[in-house]
Amino acid sequence: MGSTGLFLVSFLIVHVSINSLIFLNDSGESFNAGAHFMAHNPVIRIVEIGLFAGLIAHIVQAWVLTNENKKARPVGYAMVDGAANSSWYSRSMGVLGSLLLIFLVVHLGNFWLPTKQAVFAHEEHNTFENMKQVFSQWYFVLLYLVGVIALCYHLLHGFQSAFQSLGMNHKKYTPSIKKFGIWFSIIVCILFAAMPLTMFLGIIK
Amino acid sequence: MGSGHGTELNLTLKVWRQKNSKASGSFETHQLTGISTDMSFLEMFDVLNEKLISEGKEAIAFDHDCREGICGMCSMYINGRPHGPKQGVTTCQLHMRSFKNGDTIVVEPWRSAAFPVIKDLAVDRSAFDRIIASGGYVSVNTGNAQDANNILIPKTDADEAFGAAACIGCGACVAACKNSSAMLFVSAKVSQLALLPQGQVERKERVKKMVAQMDEEGFGNCTNTGACEAECPKGISIENIARMNRELMSANIK
Repeated sequence: MGSTGLFLVSFLIVHVSINSLIFLNDSGESFNAGAHFMAHNPVIRIVEIGLFAGLIAHIVQAWVLTNENKKARPVGYAMVDGAANSSWYSRSMGVLGSLLLIFLVVHLGNFWLPTKQAVFAHEEHNTFENMKQVFSQWYFVLLYLVGVIALCYHLLHGFQSAFQSLGMNHKKYTPSIKKFGIWFSIIVCILFAAMPLTMFLGIIK
Repeated sequence: MGSGHGTELNLTLKVWRQKNSKASGSFETHQLTGISTDMSFLEMFDVLNEKLISEGKEAIAFDHDCREGICGMCSMYINGRPHGPKQGVTTCQLHMRSFKNGDTIVVEPWRSAAFPVIKDLAVDRSAFDRIIASGGYVSVNTGNAQDANNILIPKTDADEAFGAAACIGCGACVAACKNSSAMLFVSAKVSQLALLPQGQVERKERVKKMVAQMDEEGFGNCTNTGACEAECPKGISIENIARMNRELMSANIK
Protein backbone atom coordinates (compact mmCIF):
# COMPACT_ATOMS: atom_id res chain seq x y z
CA MET A 1 0.00 0.00 0.00
CA GLY A 2 2.75 2.35 1.01
CA SER A 3 4.90 2.03 -2.09
CA THR A 4 1.98 2.31 -4.54
CA GLY A 5 0.59 5.20 -2.48
CA LEU A 6 3.85 7.15 -2.65
CA PHE A 7 4.02 6.45 -6.39
CA LEU A 8 0.56 7.99 -6.78
CA VAL A 9 1.70 10.96 -4.67
CA SER A 10 4.50 11.60 -7.19
CA PHE A 11 1.81 11.88 -9.87
CA LEU A 12 -0.14 14.36 -7.74
CA ILE A 13 2.92 16.65 -7.62
CA VAL A 14 3.13 16.75 -11.43
CA HIS A 15 -0.64 17.14 -11.78
CA VAL A 16 -1.00 20.00 -9.31
CA SER A 17 2.09 21.79 -10.72
CA ILE A 18 0.87 21.83 -14.32
CA ASN A 19 -2.71 22.68 -13.38
CA SER A 20 -1.52 25.57 -11.21
CA LEU A 21 -0.46 27.26 -14.46
CA ILE A 22 -4.10 28.39 -14.76
CA PHE A 23 -3.44 30.78 -11.86
CA LEU A 24 -1.19 32.82 -14.19
CA ASN A 25 -4.57 33.97 -15.55
CA ASP A 26 -3.25 34.18 -19.13
CA SER A 27 -6.42 32.74 -20.71
CA GLY A 28 -4.93 29.29 -20.27
CA GLU A 29 -2.01 29.82 -22.65
CA SER A 30 0.69 28.37 -20.35
CA PHE A 31 -1.64 25.70 -19.04
CA ASN A 32 -2.65 24.53 -22.52
CA ALA A 33 1.02 24.34 -23.49
CA GLY A 34 1.67 22.15 -20.44
CA ALA A 35 -1.37 19.99 -21.19
CA HIS A 36 -0.26 19.61 -24.80
CA PHE A 37 3.18 18.45 -23.68
CA MET A 38 1.65 15.89 -21.27
CA ALA A 39 -0.73 14.57 -23.94
CA HIS A 40 1.89 14.16 -26.67
CA ASN A 41 5.23 13.38 -25.00
CA PRO A 42 6.02 9.66 -25.60
CA VAL A 43 7.78 9.26 -22.22
CA ILE A 44 4.72 10.64 -20.41
CA ARG A 45 2.50 8.24 -22.39
CA ILE A 46 4.52 5.26 -21.11
CA VAL A 47 4.53 6.63 -17.55
CA GLU A 48 0.74 6.97 -17.85
CA ILE A 49 0.42 3.21 -18.32
CA GLY A 50 2.55 2.74 -15.18
CA LEU A 51 0.31 5.20 -13.37
CA PHE A 52 -2.84 3.24 -14.20
CA ALA A 53 -1.06 0.02 -13.15
CA GLY A 54 -0.06 1.69 -9.85
CA LEU A 55 -3.60 2.89 -9.25
CA ILE A 56 -5.06 -0.54 -9.94
CA ALA A 57 -2.42 -2.19 -7.70
CA HIS A 58 -3.29 0.29 -4.91
CA ILE A 59 -7.00 -0.56 -5.23
CA VAL A 60 -6.42 -4.34 -5.41
CA GLN A 61 -4.11 -4.23 -2.37
CA ALA A 62 -6.73 -2.25 -0.44
CA TRP A 63 -9.43 -4.71 -1.44
CA VAL A 64 -7.40 -7.78 -0.36
CA LEU A 65 -6.27 -6.19 2.93
CA THR A 66 -9.78 -5.01 3.80
CA ASN A 67 -11.19 -8.49 3.25
CA GLU A 68 -8.46 -10.08 5.38
CA ASN A 69 -9.02 -7.50 8.11
CA LYS A 70 -12.77 -8.12 8.13
CA LYS A 71 -12.14 -11.84 8.54
CA ALA A 72 -9.80 -11.14 11.45
CA ARG A 73 -12.71 -9.85 13.56
CA PRO A 74 -15.87 -11.80 12.70
CA VAL A 75 -17.71 -10.67 15.85
CA GLY A 76 -17.48 -6.92 16.36
CA TYR A 77 -17.65 -4.87 19.53
CA ALA A 78 -20.94 -3.45 20.78
CA MET A 79 -19.16 -0.28 21.86
CA VAL A 80 -16.01 1.19 20.29
CA ASP A 81 -14.35 4.42 21.44
CA GLY A 82 -12.15 4.86 18.38
CA ALA A 83 -11.58 8.57 18.94
CA ALA A 84 -9.75 7.73 22.17
CA ASN A 85 -6.80 6.16 20.37
CA SER A 86 -6.73 7.14 16.69
CA SER A 87 -7.87 9.77 14.18
CA TRP A 88 -11.14 9.20 12.33
CA TYR A 89 -9.46 9.51 8.93
CA SER A 90 -6.81 6.89 9.75
CA ARG A 91 -9.71 4.51 10.44
CA SER A 92 -11.63 5.58 7.31
CA MET A 93 -9.05 5.14 4.55
CA GLY A 94 -11.31 2.66 2.74
CA VAL A 95 -14.29 5.04 2.72
CA LEU A 96 -12.11 8.01 1.70
CA GLY A 97 -10.47 5.89 -1.01
CA SER A 98 -13.85 4.77 -2.35
CA LEU A 99 -15.00 8.40 -2.50
CA LEU A 100 -11.82 9.21 -4.40
CA LEU A 101 -12.48 6.38 -6.84
CA ILE A 102 -16.00 7.67 -7.59
CA PHE A 103 -14.56 11.16 -8.05
CA LEU A 104 -11.82 9.78 -10.29
CA VAL A 105 -14.28 8.07 -12.65
CA VAL A 106 -16.15 11.36 -13.14
CA HIS A 107 -12.86 13.28 -13.35
CA LEU A 108 -11.47 11.01 -16.10
CA GLY A 109 -14.76 11.33 -17.94
CA ASN A 110 -14.54 15.12 -17.74
CA PHE A 111 -10.95 15.61 -18.88
CA TRP A 112 -8.95 12.48 -19.68
CA LEU A 113 -11.50 11.09 -22.15
CA PRO A 114 -11.97 14.30 -24.23
CA THR A 115 -8.18 14.73 -24.36
CA LYS A 116 -7.70 11.17 -25.61
CA GLN A 117 -10.45 11.58 -28.21
CA ALA A 118 -8.76 14.72 -29.53
CA VAL A 119 -5.36 12.99 -29.71
CA PHE A 120 -6.80 10.09 -31.69
CA ALA A 121 -8.67 12.47 -33.99
CA HIS A 122 -5.43 14.49 -34.46
CA GLU A 123 -7.16 17.59 -33.18
CA GLU A 124 -5.85 20.19 -30.78
CA HIS A 125 -7.73 19.90 -27.47
CA ASN A 126 -8.29 23.14 -25.57
CA THR A 127 -8.08 21.73 -22.04
CA PHE A 128 -8.48 25.17 -20.50
CA GLU A 129 -11.83 25.70 -22.28
CA ASN A 130 -12.75 22.16 -21.22
CA MET A 131 -12.07 23.15 -17.58
CA LYS A 132 -14.06 26.38 -17.84
CA GLN A 133 -17.00 24.48 -19.30
CA VAL A 134 -16.99 21.75 -16.60
CA PHE A 135 -16.51 24.23 -13.77
CA SER A 136 -19.38 26.44 -14.94
CA GLN A 137 -21.73 23.77 -13.56
CA TRP A 138 -22.22 24.01 -9.78
CA TYR A 139 -22.69 20.25 -9.26
CA PHE A 140 -19.30 19.47 -10.77
CA VAL A 141 -17.72 22.15 -8.57
CA LEU A 142 -19.37 20.57 -5.53
CA LEU A 143 -18.27 17.05 -6.48
CA TYR A 144 -14.70 18.23 -7.06
CA LEU A 145 -14.62 19.91 -3.66
CA VAL A 146 -15.84 16.69 -2.00
CA GLY A 147 -13.18 14.76 -3.94
CA VAL A 148 -10.44 17.16 -2.87
CA ILE A 149 -11.47 17.03 0.80
CA ALA A 150 -11.43 13.20 0.64
CA LEU A 151 -7.97 13.43 -0.97
CA CYS A 152 -6.74 15.75 1.77
CA TYR A 153 -7.71 13.40 4.61
CA HIS A 154 -6.54 10.35 2.63
CA LEU A 155 -3.12 11.99 2.29
CA LEU A 156 -3.02 13.24 5.89
CA HIS A 157 -2.92 9.64 7.05
CA GLY A 158 -1.47 8.02 3.94
CA PHE A 159 1.67 10.09 3.49
CA GLN A 160 3.28 9.39 6.86
CA SER A 161 1.73 5.90 7.01
CA ALA A 162 3.57 4.92 3.81
CA PHE A 163 6.93 5.63 5.42
CA GLN A 164 6.02 3.58 8.50
CA SER A 165 4.96 0.62 6.28
CA LEU A 166 8.24 0.83 4.40
CA GLY A 167 10.10 0.51 7.69
CA MET A 168 11.07 4.15 8.02
CA ASN A 169 10.43 5.35 11.53
CA HIS A 170 13.24 7.27 13.13
CA LYS A 171 13.26 9.55 16.17
CA LYS A 172 15.20 12.18 14.23
CA TYR A 173 13.46 12.13 10.82
CA THR A 174 9.89 10.91 11.42
CA PRO A 175 8.64 14.16 13.03
CA SER A 176 9.82 16.06 9.90
CA ILE A 177 8.21 13.50 7.57
CA LYS A 178 4.93 13.84 9.48
CA LYS A 179 5.08 17.65 9.39
CA PHE A 180 5.91 17.64 5.67
CA GLY A 181 3.03 15.22 5.03
CA ILE A 182 0.55 17.53 6.75
CA TRP A 183 1.72 20.62 4.83
CA PHE A 184 1.87 18.67 1.57
CA SER A 185 -1.70 17.38 1.98
CA ILE A 186 -3.09 20.80 2.85
CA ILE A 187 -1.24 22.80 0.17
CA VAL A 188 -1.93 20.32 -2.66
CA CYS A 189 -5.61 20.17 -1.74
CA ILE A 190 -6.02 23.95 -1.40
CA LEU A 191 -4.50 24.36 -4.88
CA PHE A 192 -6.77 21.67 -6.34
CA ALA A 193 -9.84 23.12 -4.61
CA ALA A 194 -9.00 26.63 -5.86
CA MET A 195 -9.19 25.48 -9.51
CA PRO A 196 -12.94 24.75 -9.75
CA LEU A 197 -13.75 27.56 -7.29
CA THR A 198 -11.85 30.35 -9.09
CA MET A 199 -13.23 29.25 -12.45
CA PHE A 200 -16.79 29.01 -11.19
CA LEU A 201 -16.51 32.47 -9.61
CA GLY A 202 -15.01 33.86 -12.80
CA ILE A 203 -11.71 34.92 -11.18
CA ILE A 204 -9.76 32.83 -13.69
CA LYS A 205 -10.93 33.64 -17.22
CA MET B 1 -6.83 -0.69 52.20
CA GLY B 2 -9.38 0.71 54.55
CA SER B 3 -8.28 4.29 54.00
CA GLY B 4 -11.85 5.43 54.37
CA HIS B 5 -11.39 8.21 51.81
CA GLY B 6 -13.33 6.54 49.05
CA THR B 7 -16.95 7.17 48.26
CA GLU B 8 -19.41 4.60 47.04
CA LEU B 9 -20.86 4.17 43.57
CA ASN B 10 -24.04 2.71 42.18
CA LEU B 11 -23.40 1.26 38.74
CA THR B 12 -25.10 -0.55 35.88
CA LEU B 13 -22.86 -3.22 34.39
CA LYS B 14 -23.50 -4.71 30.94
CA VAL B 15 -21.35 -7.82 30.73
CA TRP B 16 -20.84 -10.21 27.82
CA ARG B 17 -21.86 -13.77 28.73
CA GLN B 18 -20.96 -16.69 26.51
CA LYS B 19 -21.08 -20.38 27.51
CA ASN B 20 -18.20 -21.54 25.31
CA SER B 21 -16.39 -20.81 22.05
CA LYS B 22 -19.21 -22.31 19.97
CA ALA B 23 -22.17 -20.68 21.69
CA SER B 24 -23.32 -17.25 20.59
CA GLY B 25 -23.20 -14.90 23.55
CA SER B 26 -25.23 -11.92 24.69
CA PHE B 27 -25.10 -9.07 27.18
CA GLU B 28 -26.32 -9.48 30.74
CA THR B 29 -27.18 -6.43 32.85
CA HIS B 30 -26.33 -6.19 36.55
CA GLN B 31 -27.05 -3.44 39.06
CA LEU B 32 -24.29 -2.86 41.59
CA THR B 33 -24.65 -0.75 44.72
CA GLY B 34 -22.10 0.49 47.23
CA ILE B 35 -18.99 -0.08 45.10
CA SER B 36 -16.05 1.62 46.78
CA THR B 37 -14.02 3.97 44.58
CA ASP B 38 -10.92 2.41 46.20
CA MET B 39 -11.68 -0.94 44.54
CA SER B 40 -9.86 -2.07 41.44
CA PHE B 41 -11.99 -2.96 38.42
CA LEU B 42 -11.32 -6.65 39.03
CA GLU B 43 -12.31 -6.35 42.70
CA MET B 44 -15.60 -4.89 41.53
CA PHE B 45 -16.01 -8.07 39.46
CA ASP B 46 -15.13 -10.15 42.54
CA VAL B 47 -17.96 -8.43 44.44
CA LEU B 48 -20.36 -9.09 41.56
CA ASN B 49 -19.31 -12.74 41.37
CA GLU B 50 -19.74 -13.22 45.14
CA LYS B 51 -23.23 -11.82 44.76
CA LEU B 52 -24.00 -14.12 41.81
CA ILE B 53 -22.68 -17.19 43.67
CA SER B 54 -24.74 -16.36 46.78
CA GLU B 55 -27.80 -16.11 44.54
CA GLY B 56 -27.00 -19.57 43.14
CA LYS B 57 -26.04 -18.18 39.72
CA GLU B 58 -22.93 -18.87 37.70
CA ALA B 59 -19.99 -16.53 38.26
CA ILE B 60 -18.63 -14.50 35.34
CA ALA B 61 -15.42 -15.98 33.92
CA PHE B 62 -12.60 -13.45 33.46
CA ASP B 63 -8.81 -13.72 33.21
CA HIS B 64 -6.61 -12.38 36.00
CA ASP B 65 -3.46 -13.41 37.80
CA CYS B 66 -0.91 -11.08 39.39
CA ARG B 67 -3.25 -8.11 39.79
CA GLU B 68 -0.32 -5.71 39.76
CA GLY B 69 0.01 -5.01 36.04
CA ILE B 70 2.93 -7.26 35.13
CA CYS B 71 1.52 -10.63 34.09
CA GLY B 72 -0.66 -9.61 31.14
CA MET B 73 -3.57 -11.89 32.02
CA CYS B 74 -6.40 -9.40 32.59
CA SER B 75 -8.16 -8.54 29.39
CA MET B 76 -11.42 -6.66 29.42
CA TYR B 77 -12.72 -4.31 26.71
CA ILE B 78 -14.33 -1.62 28.87
CA ASN B 79 -16.59 1.09 27.40
CA GLY B 80 -15.06 0.66 23.95
CA ARG B 81 -11.40 0.52 25.02
CA PRO B 82 -9.06 -2.31 26.06
CA HIS B 83 -8.15 -2.04 29.78
CA GLY B 84 -10.68 0.79 30.14
CA PRO B 85 -10.50 4.58 30.00
CA LYS B 86 -7.00 5.14 31.47
CA GLN B 87 -3.81 5.07 29.43
CA GLY B 88 -0.80 3.01 30.47
CA VAL B 89 -2.63 0.68 32.84
CA THR B 90 -3.99 -2.85 32.76
CA THR B 91 -7.54 -3.64 33.90
CA CYS B 92 -6.26 -4.74 37.33
CA GLN B 93 -4.63 -1.31 37.78
CA LEU B 94 -7.84 0.49 36.84
CA HIS B 95 -9.72 1.77 39.87
CA MET B 96 -13.38 2.50 40.32
CA ARG B 97 -12.52 6.17 41.02
CA SER B 98 -12.20 6.43 37.25
CA PHE B 99 -15.99 6.09 37.04
CA LYS B 100 -18.88 8.24 38.21
CA ASN B 101 -21.91 7.36 40.27
CA GLY B 102 -24.73 6.14 38.04
CA ASP B 103 -22.42 5.16 35.14
CA THR B 104 -23.29 2.33 32.79
CA ILE B 105 -20.18 0.25 32.03
CA VAL B 106 -20.07 -2.06 29.01
CA VAL B 107 -17.61 -4.95 29.35
CA GLU B 108 -16.72 -7.18 26.41
CA PRO B 109 -14.03 -9.80 25.72
CA TRP B 110 -11.13 -9.14 23.29
CA ARG B 111 -12.65 -9.57 19.82
CA SER B 112 -10.47 -11.36 17.29
CA ALA B 113 -10.73 -14.47 15.16
CA ALA B 114 -7.32 -15.43 16.55
CA PHE B 115 -8.54 -14.99 20.18
CA PRO B 116 -11.63 -17.22 20.43
CA VAL B 117 -13.80 -16.69 23.50
CA ILE B 118 -13.35 -19.56 25.98
CA LYS B 119 -16.08 -18.37 28.31
CA ASP B 120 -17.67 -14.97 29.08
CA LEU B 121 -14.75 -12.50 29.17
CA ALA B 122 -11.92 -15.04 28.97
CA VAL B 123 -10.31 -15.50 25.56
CA ASP B 124 -7.76 -17.99 24.29
CA ARG B 125 -4.52 -16.11 23.60
CA SER B 126 -2.40 -19.18 22.83
CA ALA B 127 -1.93 -17.76 19.31
CA PHE B 128 0.67 -15.47 20.95
CA ASP B 129 2.42 -18.49 22.47
CA ARG B 130 2.63 -20.18 19.06
CA ILE B 131 4.10 -17.00 17.53
CA ILE B 132 6.78 -16.93 20.27
CA ALA B 133 7.47 -20.66 19.81
CA SER B 134 7.93 -20.15 16.06
CA GLY B 135 10.95 -17.86 16.47
CA GLY B 136 11.14 -15.99 19.74
CA TYR B 137 14.22 -17.79 21.06
CA VAL B 138 18.02 -17.44 20.94
CA SER B 139 20.91 -19.90 20.61
CA VAL B 140 23.25 -20.02 23.60
CA ASN B 141 26.70 -21.50 24.08
CA THR B 142 26.96 -24.68 26.11
CA GLY B 143 29.71 -25.09 28.67
CA ASN B 144 30.79 -22.39 31.06
CA ALA B 145 29.00 -19.08 30.84
CA GLN B 146 31.30 -16.42 29.44
CA ASP B 147 31.86 -13.16 31.22
CA ALA B 148 28.82 -10.96 30.58
CA ASN B 149 31.10 -7.94 30.25
CA ASN B 150 32.67 -9.47 27.13
CA ILE B 151 29.53 -8.57 25.17
CA LEU B 152 29.37 -4.85 24.58
CA ILE B 153 25.91 -3.37 24.04
CA PRO B 154 25.39 0.33 23.31
CA LYS B 155 23.20 2.02 25.91
CA THR B 156 20.68 3.21 23.28
CA ASP B 157 20.25 -0.35 21.95
CA ALA B 158 19.86 -1.70 25.46
CA ASP B 159 17.21 0.94 26.21
CA GLU B 160 15.26 0.24 23.03
CA ALA B 161 15.44 -3.52 23.58
CA PHE B 162 14.26 -3.04 27.14
CA GLY B 163 11.40 -0.85 25.96
CA ALA B 164 10.26 -3.59 23.58
CA ALA B 165 10.79 -6.29 26.21
CA ALA B 166 8.33 -4.48 28.51
CA CYS B 167 5.53 -6.11 26.45
CA ILE B 168 3.48 -8.36 28.73
CA GLY B 169 1.62 -10.04 25.86
CA CYS B 170 -1.84 -9.05 27.12
CA GLY B 171 -3.27 -8.61 23.61
CA ALA B 172 -4.66 -5.07 24.10
CA CYS B 173 -2.98 -4.11 20.81
CA VAL B 174 -5.03 -6.73 18.95
CA ALA B 175 -8.18 -5.74 20.82
CA ALA B 176 -7.69 -2.03 20.08
CA CYS B 177 -6.77 -2.42 16.41
CA LYS B 178 -9.68 -2.02 14.00
CA ASN B 179 -8.07 -4.77 11.90
CA SER B 180 -7.33 -7.01 14.87
CA SER B 181 -3.64 -6.92 13.93
CA ALA B 182 -0.94 -8.37 16.18
CA MET B 183 1.87 -6.31 14.66
CA LEU B 184 2.72 -4.40 17.86
CA PHE B 185 3.10 -7.59 19.89
CA VAL B 186 5.11 -9.46 17.25
CA SER B 187 7.28 -6.43 16.45
CA ALA B 188 8.08 -5.91 20.14
CA LYS B 189 9.26 -9.49 20.41
CA VAL B 190 11.22 -9.33 17.14
CA SER B 191 12.81 -5.98 18.12
CA GLN B 192 13.80 -7.08 21.60
CA LEU B 193 15.94 -9.88 20.14
CA ALA B 194 17.07 -8.16 16.92
CA LEU B 195 18.58 -5.26 18.89
CA LEU B 196 20.79 -7.43 21.11
CA PRO B 197 23.92 -9.42 20.15
CA GLN B 198 22.42 -12.63 21.58
CA GLY B 199 19.62 -12.48 19.02
CA GLN B 200 21.78 -12.18 15.89
CA VAL B 201 22.13 -15.90 15.10
CA GLU B 202 18.46 -16.41 14.23
CA ARG B 203 17.78 -12.78 13.31
CA LYS B 204 16.70 -13.30 9.67
CA GLU B 205 14.89 -16.59 10.19
CA ARG B 206 13.14 -15.32 13.31
CA VAL B 207 11.31 -12.42 11.70
CA LYS B 208 10.22 -14.56 8.74
CA LYS B 209 8.91 -17.37 10.95
CA MET B 210 7.16 -15.13 13.45
CA VAL B 211 5.42 -13.07 10.76
CA ALA B 212 4.38 -16.26 8.93
CA GLN B 213 2.93 -17.67 12.17
CA MET B 214 1.17 -14.36 12.88
CA ASP B 215 -0.51 -14.51 9.47
CA GLU B 216 -1.42 -18.16 9.91
CA GLU B 217 -3.18 -17.39 13.21
CA GLY B 218 -5.58 -15.10 11.34
CA PHE B 219 -4.62 -11.70 12.72
CA GLY B 220 -5.37 -8.72 10.44
CA ASN B 221 -3.01 -6.28 8.75
CA CYS B 222 -1.50 -3.10 10.13
CA THR B 223 -2.87 0.15 8.65
CA ASN B 224 -0.86 2.40 10.99
CA THR B 225 -3.77 3.97 12.86
CA GLY B 226 -1.61 3.91 16.00
CA ALA B 227 -4.48 2.66 18.20
CA CYS B 228 -2.27 -0.18 19.55
CA GLU B 229 0.43 2.19 20.76
CA ALA B 230 -2.14 4.47 22.39
CA GLU B 231 -3.80 1.60 24.25
CA CYS B 232 -0.71 -0.47 25.16
CA PRO B 233 -0.49 -0.62 28.98
CA LYS B 234 3.31 -0.74 28.65
CA GLY B 235 3.64 2.11 26.13
CA ILE B 236 5.28 -0.02 23.42
CA SER B 237 6.02 2.24 20.43
CA ILE B 238 5.00 1.58 16.83
CA GLU B 239 8.64 2.32 15.97
CA ASN B 240 8.94 -1.41 16.63
CA ILE B 241 6.48 -2.14 13.81
CA ALA B 242 8.60 -0.10 11.38
CA ARG B 243 11.65 -2.00 12.61
CA MET B 244 9.92 -5.33 12.01
CA ASN B 245 8.93 -4.23 8.48
CA ARG B 246 12.57 -3.33 7.91
CA GLU B 247 13.81 -6.63 9.36
CA LEU B 248 11.39 -8.59 7.19
CA MET B 249 12.33 -6.74 4.01
CA SER B 250 16.05 -7.26 4.57
CA ALA B 251 15.49 -10.92 5.54
CA ASN B 252 13.52 -11.52 2.34
CA ILE B 253 16.18 -9.89 0.16
CA LYS B 254 19.01 -12.07 1.51
